[in-house]
Amino acid sequence: MLETAVVILPLIGAAIAGLFGRAIGGRGAQVVTCALLGVSALFAMVVFKQVAIDGQTRVTELFTWIDSGAFEFSWAIKLDTLSAVMLLVVTVVSWLIHIYSIGYMSHDKSVPRFFSYLSLFTFFMLVLVTADNFVQLFFGWEGVGLASYLLIGFWYHKPSANAAAIKAFLVNRVGDIGFALGVFGTFALFGAVGFEQVFAAVPGQAEATFTFLGIEGHALTIICILLFIGAMGKSAQIVLHTWLPDAMEGPTPVSALIHAATMVTAGVFLLVRLSPMFEYAPVALELVTYVGAATAFFAATVGLVQNDIKRVIAYSTISQLGYMFFAIGVSAYGAAIFHLMTHAFFKALLFLGAGSVIHAMSDEQDMRKMGGIWRRVPLTYGVMWIGSLALAGVPPFAGFFSKDMILEAAYAAQSSHGALAFWLGIAAAFMTAFYSWRLLFMVFHGRPRATPEVMSRVHESPKVMTLPLIGLAIGAVFAGYLGFEAFVGEGRVEFWGAAILVLEGNDAIEAAHQVPLWVKLLPLGMGAGGIALAWIMYVRMPAIPALLATRLRPLYLFLLNKWYFDELYDWAFVRPAHYLGRGLWKSGDGAVIDGVGPDGVAAVALVLARRASRLQTGYLYHYAFAMMIGVAGLITWYIVSHL
Amino acid sequence: MSDFPILSMVTFLPLLGAGIILAFNRGTPEETAAPARYMALWTSLITFLLSLFLWFDFDRGTAEFQFVEQADWLPGFNISYHMGVDGISVLFVLLTTLLTPLCVICSWTAIQNRVKEYMIAFLVLETLMIGMFCALDFVLFYMFYEAVLIPMFLIIGIWGGPRRVYSAFKFFLFTLTGSVLLLLALLAMYFEAGTTDIPTLLAYSFPREMQIWLWLALFASFAVKVPMWPVHTWLPDAHVEAPTAGSVMLAAVLLKMGGYGFFRFSLPMLPEASEFFTPFIYTLSIVAIIYTSLVALAQEDMKKLIAYSSIAHMGFVTLGAFTGNQQGLEGALFQMLSHGVISAALFLIVGVIYDRVHTREIADYEGLVERMPAYSVVFMIFMLASVGLPGTGGFVGEFLILVGVFQVNTWLALLAASGMVLGAAYMLYLYRRIIFGTLTKDSLKSILDMNRREALVFAPLVVLVFWMGIYPMSFLDFMSVSVSNLIENYQGALAAADGVPNLVSLGAAQ
Repeated sequence: MLETAVVILPLIGAAIAGLFGRAIGGRGAQVVTCALLGVSALFAMVVFKQVAIDGQTRVTELFTWIDSGAFEFSWAIKLDTLSAVMLLVVTVVSWLIHIYSIGYMSHDKSVPRFFSYLSLFTFFMLVLVTADNFVQLFFGWEGVGLASYLLIGFWYHKPSANAAAIKAFLVNRVGDIGFALGVFGTFALFGAVGFEQVFAAVPGQAEATFTFLGIEGHALTIICILLFIGAMGKSAQIVLHTWLPDAMEGPTPVSALIHAATMVTAGVFLLVRLSPMFEYAPVALELVTYVGAATAFFAATVGLVQNDIKRVIAYSTISQLGYMFFAIGVSAYGAAIFHLMTHAFFKALLFLGAGSVIHAMSDEQDMRKMGGIWRRVPLTYGVMWIGSLALAGVPPFAGFFSKDMILEAAYAAQSSHGALAFWLGIAAAFMTAFYSWRLLFMVFHGRPRATPEVMSRVHESPKVMTLPLIGLAIGAVFAGYLGFEAFVGEGRVEFWGAAILVLEGNDAIEAAHQVPLWVKLLPLGMGAGGIALAWIMYVRMPAIPALLATRLRPLYLFLLNKWYFDELYDWAFVRPAHYLGRGLWKSGDGAVIDGVGPDGVAAVALVLARRASRLQTGYLYHYAFAMMIGVAGLITWYIVSHL
Repeated sequence: MSDFPILSMVTFLPLLGAGIILAFNRGTPEETAAPARYMALWTSLITFLLSLFLWFDFDRGTAEFQFVEQADWLPGFNISYHMGVDGISVLFVLLTTLLTPLCVICSWTAIQNRVKEYMIAFLVLETLMIGMFCALDFVLFYMFYEAVLIPMFLIIGIWGGPRRVYSAFKFFLFTLTGSVLLLLALLAMYFEAGTTDIPTLLAYSFPREMQIWLWLALFASFAVKVPMWPVHTWLPDAHVEAPTAGSVMLAAVLLKMGGYGFFRFSLPMLPEASEFFTPFIYTLSIVAIIYTSLVALAQEDMKKLIAYSSIAHMGFVTLGAFTGNQQGLEGALFQMLSHGVISAALFLIVGVIYDRVHTREIADYEGLVERMPAYSVVFMIFMLASVGLPGTGGFVGEFLILVGVFQVNTWLALLAASGMVLGAAYMLYLYRRIIFGTLTKDSLKSILDMNRREALVFAPLVVLVFWMGIYPMSFLDFMSVSVSNLIENYQGALAAADGVPNLVSLGAAQ
């Protein structure tokens, strides 16, 4: 009952705000959605205690969804430690962001619609994390995608927002092809799509092979790679990442909730949920490691030069998601979820802090037009520092515990891909610290670059916005310290129970506790180095960035234009699709099919009719002759065909 | 079964209504309009209520034909009036009876000339469509199947748009070719098996060589109706010129006649030929899905875009129908139903703004959400259903078909799944251009949101599309046994054919 309420309450809130928004007004919608979500978060805490601490894992089946032959499953709520952690993180962060939005969206004319979408998103996310089968997970997966689409395009009068919304949906759909094929493959191999049935059958099929696209291969590896493609779409991993920076077109609370804290981590959740399958597919895990490490590195390089405050944080999110993936790649699932949780707090904090800045600067997002405002917005300034310290992995902030654990696990995995991930991760850690402090210095320090008019209106945000910031800041400070023992420390086996499977010999977290001291210290040193370099370049000698940008112009442009992924995709996919569609329509349907078909037949019929009318001479012997020929033809055909 | 001739009642009640309108509703066109509307509405509503009897009383546990009626018709030729439904056909009857009253309501003010004749045409159309799904005699089926064209042809030709003559002509030319061949197939089956009784034919096994020819003849007719690529080009033109309600019936029910034909005749009666031609069907289906999706992306006319999307969705149906497994076949049937609901709604949605602005050009619209919020929500729901979002009716069929296809061939599954992206692309792009943006055009400045009558039309469809998505078991339960029975017989026939060496093979005869 309790867990059903946790999941359903946000849906009820969304429905009330959406359907009766005009009747209850903006205030009514805020109260209803925030209150229902608050209750949901409270219940989630109770559920967390029952499940993660007292170990009462359970599955509640609601009713059958689809039953077609062996393809059979129900709507259900699965509770184990993994889903309990996710329930807690999602409801609490979402609740704080709902409250923040009361202030942030107060000037908007569609407040009920906004809160309805936000709660709807929360509902889909909760369905996703509590799924007990692949298809329900896919329902939540597509549902959060829908909510993301709606919220990115929330300001529908902006063409750029509409374009970004469609892009997000379509790029995710490309990943979803992989996801769907992975589900079909699972069903083909196991004859079931329920997690429990499938996981129980995995060891028996560990060596099975099947043919996919004409290639005979290890079945579990193929399935896991397909599912990972889905995760790459949702979690914006390199190649399928292009939608996430554009998604910043949405209101800032949306960026914080969906495009930083929760939805984009769904891919990480998926892979951890499927650890019993991935553990038997080492090649797939290796691929996950490479992709994650490459993403962590790539996104950090792009983050170095972006000027839009939200885009910097967006690339930082992509980069951090890369860390989570390579943690999974070395079987450090607990570390991935640990980082997911701490990241949810500090990244939501950074985004909301950025929102507070944007709010203070009269909706300006370009950091080149900010600067020198730290005294005017002291609280925002403070929480941005906390968020950045957590992100850079400075002790005792949350990111220190989770990020270091990931890097140590990658090192401790003692494999070539683990080592590559470790070194790319170290490089990314340096860049992370650099761009975080570049952001802090550009936004808050130096001389003001905004117009005097804007500067005169710079103000701290109202309480309804700053209180959630404080709530998230508490998480960003303490979540790492408090969670360490249970998530990745001594208590982790008991804590996770059956939710995570790690095969013997793959336990990188265990090994991570025994790495040499320099491995533990290196990320910290990198963080300090990055901060120092940012200080030199943006405070001490502010001429350097411009100099570097001119000296290394090709590199600078390459990074500024995000490695030209968008241009490449536009050239390779978007234009050809439109071009092809037009061509097939005009020449395929128009010229060829209709030309040969109905129009052609009509034209030929007309000609034949004219000729035929000439044949009608009126002379009986002409007709008799034609009949004779016809009969002769028929007889010949009959004889020939029966020879 | 019950002695009450429920199927005949449901089938011929609309015809009776049409007859009453014709006989008693006399006077000038202005005088007859309102009574004709009400008469048609009540007739179709009573028909719908009566057909609900099928929903409640249908035995989900058997693959037998139910509510069977049989009477001598042409005893000398062994042809009888034989009606009945099974899990494959029964829901199509309900789909037809549900949509007809909605079509009457949506035409309430949109049709102003020859209202009486229009309503008669719709009621006759309803009778013919229901009869087609209930007929258990091939001759009876053939009569209904072909006669459906007549009211449809008139609806497009009389109440259609400016290029209606070209469209009606094209529509006829395509279907006529198929009809001749269907008639030939019917005669051939009669001479071979000595009967046109469908249950008897289902049990009869035709020689392999004959199956091939019969299959091709049936295919020619059904493929045009579906429509399958490359005989699909009549559909966009027919839709564009048809009045809204005509498009609704065309997309929702008429297109299903082809798919139904495959399920009722090709697969169970001609299993060996069906298996032989399966790769051919797969190829055409995949081409349909990808080709028409790309074409849809380039459309500038709303109705044409949705028409092309229909072809793509029906490509999934033909793909699933020939997979030979439970998921594929149930998915195909379910997809036909959900497409019936979704495409009907989408054409109604186009109709709402067409009635106000009288243009179907996408470029003539923008930013409608500002003045039409309720309309935008309804459009959004069906746009997403068409895209196949889980939780809507569009998802279940498509997903089941893909599950079925994957077990047969992974390449096919990959190519068909790419339709998921293309389908989303053209629908989202359409929605964006019409609904989003800023409303600046003068022609739209005073446009009004949906009125109560329009909302009434959409309400049942919205309920249905979510019901089908969240609890599809209500519908799958009807099909399950009939489909597994069909598959069992199909596989059994194939196994038997493999066991006995076939002396008269196709090559030797030539």
